[in-house]
Amino acid sequence: MLSSSITSLTVVLIVVFLFKEGIGLFNQKPVEPGYVIAINKNNKVKELSSVQLKNIYDQKITHWSEVGGTHDSIVLFQLEDISNYYSDEQIGDNMQNLGSCMSRLVDSLPNIIAFFPDKYLDKKFQGTLLEVDKVTLHDFFAGKEWIPTAKPSAQLGVLPLILGTLWVSLGAILLALPLGLAAAVYMSEIANERVRRIMKPLIELLAGIPSVVYGFFGLVIIVPLIQKTFDLPVGETGLAGSIVLGIMALPTIITISEDAMRNTPRAMKEASLALGASRWQTIYKVIIPYSISGISAGAILGIGRAIGETMAVLMVTGNAAVIPHSILAPVRTIPATIAAELGETSNGGLHYKALFALGCILFLITLFINLTVEFISNRQKHNKH
Amino acid sequence: MYKIESKNVDFYYGPSQALKNINIAIRSNTVTALIGPSGCGKSTYLRLFNRMNDLIDDIKISGQVMIDGEDIYGKGINVDSLRKNVGMVFQKPNPFPKTIFENVAYGLRVNGIKDKKFIEERVETSIKQVVLWDEVKDKLKKSAFELSGGQQQRLCIARALAIQPSVILMDEPTSALDPISTAKVEELIYELKAKYTIVIVTHNMQQAGRVSDRTAFFYLGELVEYDETKKLFTNPKQERTQNYITGRFG
Ligand SMILES: Nc1ncnc2c1ncn2[C@@H]1O[C@H](COP(=O)(O)OP(=O)(O)OP(=O)(O)O)[C@@H](O)[C@H]1O
Ligand SMILES: [Mg+2]
Repeated sequence: MLSSSITSLTVVLIVVFLFKEGIGLFNQKPVEPGYVIAINKNNKVKELSSVQLKNIYDQKITHWSEVGGTHDSIVLFQLEDISNYYSDEQIGDNMQNLGSCMSRLVDSLPNIIAFFPDKYLDKKFQGTLLEVDKVTLHDFFAGKEWIPTAKPSAQLGVLPLILGTLWVSLGAILLALPLGLAAAVYMSEIANERVRRIMKPLIELLAGIPSVVYGFFGLVIIVPLIQKTFDLPVGETGLAGSIVLGIMALPTIITISEDAMRNTPRAMKEASLALGASRWQTIYKVIIPYSISGISAGAILGIGRAIGETMAVLMVTGNAAVIPHSILAPVRTIPATIAAELGETSNGGLHYKALFALGCILFLITLFINLTVEFISNRQKHNKH
Repeated sequence: MYKIESKNVDFYYGPSQALKNINIAIRSNTVTALIGPSGCGKSTYLRLFNRMNDLIDDIKISGQVMIDGEDIYGKGINVDSLRKNVGMVFQKPNPFPKTIFENVAYGLRVNGIKDKKFIEERVETSIKQVVLWDEVKDKLKKSAFELSGGQQQRLCIARALAIQPSVILMDEPTSALDPISTAKVEELIYELKAKYTIVIVTHNMQQAGRVSDRTAFFYLGELVEYDETKKLFTNPKQERTQNYITGRFG
């Protein structure tokens, strides 16, 4: 009683912490702290979104007209470019004149956009400082790019990560479900007691192998195999992730489906066989329908494991944060992103908070999955009475 | 020729012998009752006729069981076909979690019959045979679980009849039913005799007396006595039979 309430309390605290840190993301601007973005004071543009900023610096947007300004082309400026405009003497030995240089530069070039540290912002700066929008829910969920370290503006679109996660998990379940179901049917209906008594613990043992071992296996065997089979430049693909996760989900699917099938009342099986149905007819007409909720619970828990899995996926999927368009493209999942990037972030920073927000998404997905299982198994209990 | 014959049948569950040298011959269109105390091997014996015991691991059988002159444990016997010819009704009603209609149609469907009209007709005749039609004709699409226990059991009999077996095995078919349902099933057994050969296990001596033509008394895996029901109940040859039917058993 006491221990279970302590556990629940801990879980609640973790969730609260997770969400508190994650939600903080939406109070932040995606521009690096300590930097400003300045434009000429006559420029009509007053605000840019994070995506627009990035596209400007990637030179995908080259004219002010594309972001609501005049038809002139944009002049990009970063601090390194200062020597193109001013000599070392003008700036001064200790950069003491850099502030006034910046002010003059922005004032003299009507189409400039300048990204520089705010310590070089002169008191009498002759330009407009651009407002960058805060990170919005829309940017976050619909953004197609995840480049949290991009300059001048971090790109925090989680769509590729969510899709990557779902993609890999879906692939895993498509591979694991038929195999797992076949194995469960074999164990519960075909194998004799002796075979079953050997296989059951073996399969349960599979569930206990650390995921890093599966990842290693995937890296050494499956990745090169995929590369060779499909003649790809690299074998680290969504497919490799799906296969490794599928293998990892198998024990769950087999164990739970097998238990469900073995729970089919003997009377049902005998009724079917006594009517001249073959063993296979009995399996797919009586046993599988009867245990369908157990099988779905197994499948969903299997996906649950796949979705939350970190290490193995990190090792074999190639981790490119782009929206996957084929199973043979590298993908990146949410857990892999968190694991790979959290160590590099500064505590409390934008990137850090973005990873916590990712954690929240993962939490919600798994919560949803567990509620579904709960719902299905409740209905199953209900059916039996 | 006999419909069913068992010659020197021994049966083992693992090391323990459940049937000892059973010899019985059963004629077509008769009802044969198997009686005896609990654990004497009645169900085991009954389930030999449709090879239901095959489902159990580690069993051994010797001797011959013949149906229509053919050894059903011989080589080249198709067990699925055998079970289509030898239907079974169980102690507890065990309809599938399907509709009333689909329960009766099941045996036809697994037989590969696809003709909708044929299936509908056969389902209707079978349900009429068990005098259940008027009670269920308006709810054929409802779950079979919505029926009472007695109705479920008659549905299970209809399900067995639908594939037109020639033998019907019944293992205590009324032990889970109320007296009125029991009477209905007994009446039914009496009528079915015209078309089928019936073997029924029962604990109810009166029932054996009412429905059966011949009765076999089992004791500890042995067949003690097998005779016309009337003779066996009024004038048993064996003392053990006498003790059992008079309830003086110990
Ligand atoms: N699956 C099995 N495995 C091992 N032994 C079994 C099995 N089924 C039955 N037996 C044993 O075989 C003997 C005969 O059982 P059976 O079920 O045929 O008795 P029965 O006459 O039908 O009894 P009841 O009247 O209680 O139904 C019993 O001693 C029983 O314990
Ligand atoms: Mg019995």
